[in-house]
Amino acid sequence: MTDTAALPADIAALSFEDALRELEQIVQQLERGQVRLDEAVTAYERGSHLKRHCERRLAEARTKVEKIMISADGTAAGTTPFDPV
Amino acid sequence: MTSPEARSAHNLPERSVSELSADLKRTVEETYARVRVRGEISQPKLAGSGHCYLRLKDDTAVIDGIIWKGSYQKLTIRPEEGLEVIATGRLTTYPGRSSYQIVIDSLELAGEGALLKLLEERKRRLAAEGLFDPARKKRLPFLPRCIGVVTSPTGAVIRDILHRLRDRFPLPVLVWPVLVQGEGAAQQVANAIAGFNALSPGGPVPRPDLLIVARGGGSLEDLMAFNEEITVRAVAASRIPVISAVGHETDTTLCDFAADLRAPTPTGAAEMAVPVRLDLLAQVRDDGQRLQGATRRLLEDRAMRLEGLSRGLPPVDRMIEDYAQRLDDRWERLGTAARVTVDRRAAAVGQLGARLRSPAEQIAAKQGQLAQAAQGLGAVVRYTLKDRDARLAAVSGRLRPDAVARDVARHQRDVTALWFRLGAAAGRSLPEADTRLKAAAERLEANSYQGILDRGYVVVRDETGQVIDSRAPLKGGEAVTLQFRDGTATAMVTGSETPRRTPPRKAGDTRQETLF
Repeated sequence: MTDTAALPADIAALSFEDALRELEQIVQQLERGQVRLDEAVTAYERGSHLKRHCERRLAEARTKVEKIMISADGTAAGTTPFDPV
Repeated sequence: MTSPEARSAHNLPERSVSELSADLKRTVEETYARVRVRGEISQPKLAGSGHCYLRLKDDTAVIDGIIWKGSYQKLTIRPEEGLEVIATGRLTTYPGRSSYQIVIDSLELAGEGALLKLLEERKRRLAAEGLFDPARKKRLPFLPRCIGVVTSPTGAVIRDILHRLRDRFPLPVLVWPVLVQGEGAAQQVANAIAGFNALSPGGPVPRPDLLIVARGGGSLEDLMAFNEEITVRAVAASRIPVISAVGHETDTTLCDFAADLRAPTPTGAAEMAVPVRLDLLAQVRDDGQRLQGATRRLLEDRAMRLEGLSRGLPPVDRMIEDYAQRLDDRWERLGTAARVTVDRRAAAVGQLGARLRSPAEQIAAKQGQLAQAAQGLGAVVRYTLKDRDARLAAVSGRLRPDAVARDVARHQRDVTALWFRLGAAAGRSLPEADTRLKAAAERLEANSYQGILDRGYVVVRDETGQVIDSRAPLKGGEAVTLQFRDGTATAMVTGSETPRRTPPRKAGDTRQETLF
């Protein structure tokens, strides 16, 4: 989360799936070559942001397993670290 | 003790109905405070009060039963006609009606066949409610941020799930520990699902965006908590997508039907829940490289095209020169063409004009021709008339009507004479004609000049053979031929004498004067 500010807000709000799909679309569009030059530059910038967003999302991956503590009325009261035996 | 007067012959104490009924009630309830009785449910009836009345029966006996409202709500199966059950409860009597009955606390199905029958019926009922509709199924998130697992906190299931999740894509997991079989298990599972849904997104406990409801394999009885209506309804009602992974692949519970996705095993559920992180990372990096490569190629391509086009672009001044030259050329050709065109047209006009005659000229020419023709015609006519006149005059001169008339008269006379002679001749005989012919011949012979010669006369002819009958033409020295009766001889005239007078011939008579 070191460079969040560098990403446009609309991209930061995208789900990984949507970001990846848009990145693929941009790549295919550019690879077909039928893009105006100014559009290509804009598309490249956006594609770079999407790629970083996706990478960051993948880099976040870490395991954290917790167990729910159940209150008297059956609802979740909190969590405790969980280590299955 | 009663008074002695009241004693009868009997030594049994006398009791009231109520006392006896109370004794009975006490005896029955103490003796049968907790019984399990197996039988078939008959005529179940749910009263408006919420209590359920039914009868349990077998081949030969029947016993009334009642399930109080409080117990009924806790039942895991619904009493229905013909269902083989084992009822647990206590016996009691109803003194007012002289009856006894069983008060049922719980019902369980008797035997697996009955259980399957019940499940089939329940499935049909819940399906009719639409709980299993495909349209209700929610799409799983591609990459969940947090997964909630509802299962036993101990055992292989949770370990398998966590292990596989860690392998594929490490992410936060919340475990809601529950009993997965036995009394209260269904309620706990249902509560856990509802509890996860009840979490608020921004709260102290993160709200999972995917749930896994899991249990290991077991018997049909073991899996019953996941067939209970309360569990199935909780799964169907969950707003968070649910993967059901109960039992082994061959086991099917009603939870599986209600869930958004059914996994064959707990491990399978983990695989369905998350993609493989490294695959995604590779894909993103590949996309990144393609993005750079495609953009670079795009720019290079544009640059090359620009360069190529600019190379094909000739210097401006040369282009202008070329156009200027072409303009001059065209201008020149334009002038020439105009002139040539005009000249050609003028020539054509001249030609046409030369062939053009004014009407006056044409009239004069025609008049000349006409005059000439008229003149020629007059001459011809005049000549023809003159010629015809001359020929008419000549012919008229030769025309003698009197001569014609004379000839006609003479010919008439000749014809008449001939006609009479023909008539006379026709009457004479042929021999007479013959005789006359001989006589005529003799006379002819007698009159021929040969006869004259025979008598000694000579015929004198000149050199040309002409008979000379006078002296006049004869000149001295001229040779003449003398024909005698027996031949000819030539003689020479030696001199002439005065001719002897001969009578003049009659005018118009050309014949030689006869010698007779």
